[in-house]
This record gives sequence, structure tokens and C-alpha cells, in this order.
Amino acid sequence: MYEYLETADPALVEAGKLKRVAVDPVSRVEGHGKVTLLLDENNQVQQARLHIVEFRGFEKFIQGRPYWELPVMVQRLCGICPVSHHLAAAKAIDQLVGVDPANLPPAADKLRRLLHFGQVLQSHALHFFHLSSPDLLFGFESEIGKRNIVAVLADYPDIGLQGVKLRKYGQEVIRMVCGKRIHGTGAIPGGMNKALSKDERDYLKQDIGQIVSWAQGALQLVTKVHTSNLPYYDDFATIRSNYLSLTKPDGALELYHGGIRVKNPQGETLVDHYDYCDYPELIREEVRSWTYMKFPYLTALGKADGWYRVGPLARVNNCDFIDTPLAEAARVEFKQHGGAAMVHSTLAFHWTRMIELLHCAESIQILLDDPDLLSHDLVAKGEKRYEGIGVIEAPRGTLFHHYQIDENDIVTKANLIVSTTSNNTAMNESVRQVAAEYLSGRELTEPLLNNLEVAIRAYDPCLSCATHAVGKMPLQLELVDVDGKLVDKLVRHSSGEFIHGSE
Amino acid sequence: MSGTLCIDGIAVPFSDGQTIIEAARTAGVYIPYLCHRLGYAPYGSCKLCTVKVNGRTNTACTMPAADGQTVISNSPDLQHDRQRITQMLFVEGNHFCPSCEKSGNCQLQAVAYHQNMLDNHYPHFYAQREMDASHPDILIDHDRCIFCNLCVRASKEKDGKEVFGIAGRGIHKRLVINSPSGKLKDSEISVNDEAAHVCPTGAILVKRSAYLAPIGERIYDGHPISEVACEKAVIRAGEASGYPSCDPTKLTDAPQQNGGPDSHYAATMPPAPDIKHGR
Repeated sequence: MYEYLETADPALVEAGKLKRVAVDPVSRVEGHGKVTLLLDENNQVQQARLHIVEFRGFEKFIQGRPYWELPVMVQRLCGICPVSHHLAAAKAIDQLVGVDPANLPPAADKLRRLLHFGQVLQSHALHFFHLSSPDLLFGFESEIGKRNIVAVLADYPDIGLQGVKLRKYGQEVIRMVCGKRIHGTGAIPGGMNKALSKDERDYLKQDIGQIVSWAQGALQLVTKVHTSNLPYYDDFATIRSNYLSLTKPDGALELYHGGIRVKNPQGETLVDHYDYCDYPELIREEVRSWTYMKFPYLTALGKADGWYRVGPLARVNNCDFIDTPLAEAARVEFKQHGGAAMVHSTLAFHWTRMIELLHCAESIQILLDDPDLLSHDLVAKGEKRYEGIGVIEAPRGTLFHHYQIDENDIVTKANLIVSTTSNNTAMNESVRQVAAEYLSGRELTEPLLNNLEVAIRAYDPCLSCATHAVGKMPLQLELVDVDGKLVDKLVRHSSGEFIHGSE
Repeated sequence: MSGTLCIDGIAVPFSDGQTIIEAARTAGVYIPYLCHRLGYAPYGSCKLCTVKVNGRTNTACTMPAADGQTVISNSPDLQHDRQRITQMLFVEGNHFCPSCEKSGNCQLQAVAYHQNMLDNHYPHFYAQREMDASHPDILIDHDRCIFCNLCVRASKEKDGKEVFGIAGRGIHKRLVINSPSGKLKDSEISVNDEAAHVCPTGAILVKRSAYLAPIGERIYDGHPISEVACEKAVIRAGEASGYPSCDPTKLTDAPQQNGGPDSHYAATMPPAPDIKHGR
């Protein structure tokens, strides 16, 4: 809808008629990116882009390594959702040793699911409380000094502390299953390397009731924030899109393993229970010169119309139901609020993220009573294969890992489609929507520019699949006039100090 | 010959034929090493076990123990040298502990922790070394080879095969395979050979056995190498009743007085001062 803002009229650019405004870097997201706007003399936005300025390179440097290293090495892509990379790679290398998901021992399957519920729980809590709650609680254009988790802890200590503790619980689940909170080892080809001990299980059980209750509180909070700011929350950065996610065979919400489902903006199912091993037929990726992040699209719909969204909004939109009662009730309420087959509100990502947070907490509670977690039947074996594909629903959406190996067990080819990549077009479209609807024609100020970041943040992007330093990101805004002269400049140093004024 | 020698103020008995390092290890006194292994011919290449014996510098793994020797192992200058030697080993190869399957079971990593190695100090060589994955059951990652010669000795002395050798000198030094193609698959090695299991780092690995030990159950997860290397019963007895001290008047050089076999002096030692090195 706002594609016309991807590239400004080259004649205007040539003539030097446009001024450039950059939000660099985008803060409170994982990884580094920047937004640039080109404005004409009347401050009308002519171009708006989200650029990803990092280069990942993992596909190249895992070539030549033995395949069993993949889950441990590739998880280093990210400090926030390493478990999702660990498990996507593990599912791929299961296939390399001839083990399909149905043949994984029940104990290994359940331990991996528990591990992943812990991962999604901690990541969602991190994003909602640490990164997004300042915007949601204080307002998008609030004073910049307020827009951080420290201010949330000061003004809303209960909410802030619950966020920290929810995340900690998810991290503890991860630590119990794979030895470390970040970058442990757990999944091995065909299974897992350890069961839960009774002590470990009991340790996790003692707090899970409280965690479910706090997750309900978080869901109530986001529901209240969303529904008390209507129609703004329904409209802000909102775009109509296709949605892609995994679902269970019965159509339920699924995070670990299932078939691909795609729905169009009207809610019609385009693809269902699609075997993810055939993903190269379903999806292609386009490269554009101005960003390091590719643009995936559904092959059948083509480059222009085939883009789609992934993540919590896609999963909750796509599934027929959620198989835990509290989260399912929340899903029904959410869909009723939307009123249509699909909810397109970008800020509804936050709402659906908290529905999933509750689903994870409930699922962990159920799993912890499963005696299979203590079983030592952990590894299955099979016949060697030369290609493996693992797909999982990471916190930020569908994650694809694809590897080929040679007769010596060495990786010869790798392809990763990381969740955030799938949302690339959507994030750019949301940025353009905000630029066109909320910024165009106005005198730009720092609080106003935060609207762009709010739109991006809703997607919880992991721009590099890398760790994020809270409060340490230097930020520089430059206002340049039509003659290329610097008119105004605002610099936030890593200390948090602001320097205003042109040089 | 048997008798008693004095290591850092502790009286250490030895039996006939023991080297200083073995006498120390048996008595619960840890001297760091990488190329040494009980039951193997002494080699003396890594130099980590360098000690002062009656004021002269020697490698503890090659020097026979003798009655009345005064040995200094845990002194600031020797520990400083050990830290630097360990750092040199790290920059010479390519050691990526975060994803290495040997992590937690690796002697080089454990020694680095023991030496309180916090950085590489020296510039990286970024050595380009090819992996040999040709054998169906054994993998050689040359990036991690520290030329300790243990696989060479294992193959020759224990397996009777001579599969491995060290060729070249200085930075051109490399592990070579005794086979027509130079590849492991054409050599006589078998996965049951001692040479396939002796590597102290992750250079020679049995394929498809990675990460089987969960974090928490790996060799060095619960205990530092100074405890793992020595005999546990001796350490416990030493901690309970104290280590026998030798007559301080016999000490020629001012020793670092220890509270035990490994006072973790290295762990409290600050990183060695920075010296500018030209590339």
C-alpha cells in the first residue's frame, strides 16, 4: 500500500531537493539497523527505508565443519533466542542421521519442547517488559529519559519486577535442560544428551504456578493498553498482509514442529499442512541493494504480492485454536476484538505475544508433570542422509535451517531463513505507513521519530540475531537542508547524555 | 633410587625411575603440562612444566627425581612464563572454544583457565590449516593441534603402527599422516587405537561422539585441572592433615610458600603485563 515510498523519484534526488533524516541505530531491538527518511521542502516524506547494516555470514563459515557441531555453533547467531537456532539445527541434523521427528524418542521430543517453551517464554518476556513496555506505559512520544526499563522499574515496580522474574524463569528452564542459560548443549543428532533429574524437575515445579499467574497479569496489561487506546492501537503501523506459520495437524498453535500454513489477508487458507522440507518450492528470497537483509516471498504469489508476516500475530491469526485453556480463552477474546477473520494491527503483535507467553507458561506446567522428562531413552538412530531441513517457530516467527553434507560428514551448503528476515517487507511497509500517516508534513522531533521505532519494535526484530545492549546505543539525528547543509543535530552518547544543536 | 625431594616447600617422596612431574602428581602437587602422559616416554616439548631444580631451569616431565632436590614450580616468573606459553599455543592455531565439542573436556582449555589466561596477548596467526575428515570414524581438525606429539607416541609405542609424525620446523611445523595419499583414510589407524583417543585438545576426534556429556558432567566442569590431574585420595589426605613440609633451610631460592599442592596462585595472578610485540 505504501510501496511508492520505498524509492523516491530519482529526479528529485539528483536535483538535491531532498533532505535526509536518519534514525541510526534503531534502539531497543536486537541487533543494529537504521531508518532513513528523505523529505522534500515541505517535510513531505518521499522515501522511507529500514536498513539492516550488519552482515551475518554464518552460512559461509559453517561450511567445512562437521555436521554435529551445527546446533552448538549456529546458536551463537543470537544471545536472545539461541535455543531456537539450536533446535532448528538439531531437527535438521536428526534427518542427517536418518531420524524423522515422528521417530524421536518421546522423552527427547518432550525435553526439546520444554526447552523451547522456556525459550519463547523468556524471549517474549524480555521483549514485552524490557524493550517495549516503556513505549506502551509512558506513550510513544514520551520524554526520552523515560523510555527504558529502569524508568518502568521506578514507576511501575511490580510490573517491571514481574517481567524480570518471568524472563528469569524461562532462562532457568533452559539451564535445567541444557546446562547453561545461554548457549548450552542439549540436542544431539537423534535426541538429547540428558534427561531432567527429579531435583531439577521439582525446582522448576515450585514456581510455575506463580509464573502462570504473572503471565495472566501481563496479558491483562497488554489487553488493557490496547483496548483503551482505540482506534489508535488498531491503526498505527497497520498493514494488511499474508501470514505464515507452523500449525499442529489438528490446526492448533504450534511452536516446535508442524506443517506450514499460509493465510491471505482475508483469512483464506492458501497453503495448509505443507511439509517444510519442500520450503524451497514455497518461498524464494529477493536481494535489494540498500540492505543486507533479504526479502522472502511466496513463490506462487510473486515478488510484489507474495510477502508475508511471521511471528506471534501470524501464529495466533493462523491457528484454529490453542491447546491450553487460558491462552485459548485469550485468543477467542482477541479474535472477537478484531471482528474479522484476520487481525492486521501491527501493535497486536504485543497482544498475541502475551497470549503466547501464557500458552508457554501453561504448557510448561503441564509438561513438568510428564514422567517422560525423567526417562533415559533419549537417542534414536537411523541411516545416514545427505540433506537435512529443520523448521521451528522461534519467538519471532518461522525459522528455517537447511544443510547439505558430504560423504565425510562435512557441511557443504547451508541456508538459514531467520524469522526477522521474513518480516523484512512488512517492517519496511509499517515504517512507510508511519512515515506517510503520522510524520509526513510535520516538523520532525526526536519523540516523533520514536514512532518509527515503535512500529519496528512491534515485530520484535532480531536484526543481526545478536545480543542487545540496553541503554548503551549511541544515537545521532541529523537534519540536513536542501543544499546539504546541516541544520540541526541531536546526539545521544552512550552515557545517555544529550547534546543538541548544529555544529 | 628412591627418596624425598622438596617442591615449593612440600616434601615429596618418589620411587625408583619417577620423574619430578610424576613424583609431584602422585603426591598431589600439580605442575601444569600438556605433552606429558603417564606411561608414555617423556617428550618435553610444551615446556609448561618448566621448574627450577636446584636453581637451574628444567622440564619436570623429563628430569628424573633425585633425593634432596629443591624444586620451585609455583613462582611468579614461572607462572608468568606458563601463561605466555599457553597464550602462544592459542594464537598459533585456531581455537574456538564456544562451539568446540572438546570444550569442558579439553586439557588446553583447562590449563588456560588454571593459568588465568584472560586474553591471547599475542597477535593471532590466523593459520590456514585443512581439516582431514576422510576417515569414516576419525576426524583431524588441524586447527586445534598443539604438536604435543602424544598421538605420534601413542601410535608408535602403544598401537605399534607409526600413523602420525611431526614434520617441519617453527611456524611450518605440522602433523603429518603416514599414508600414500597423506590422508587419514589411507593410513593404518583404527578407531580403537590409543592414538585416536589420546589427543589433549580437539585435534583428533572420534566422529559422531560430540556433546554426549552434558554440561556439568564434563571432566573439568566440577574440578579444576590441578585436582583432576592429581590423585584425589592424596589431595583429600593433604587437605585434611596438611602437606608435609621440608626443611626450609634447604631452599636455595626464595620460594612462594604454599598452603597446598596448588595454592591456585595462578588463579589469583593478574594477567601478565603488556609488552609491545611487532608483527
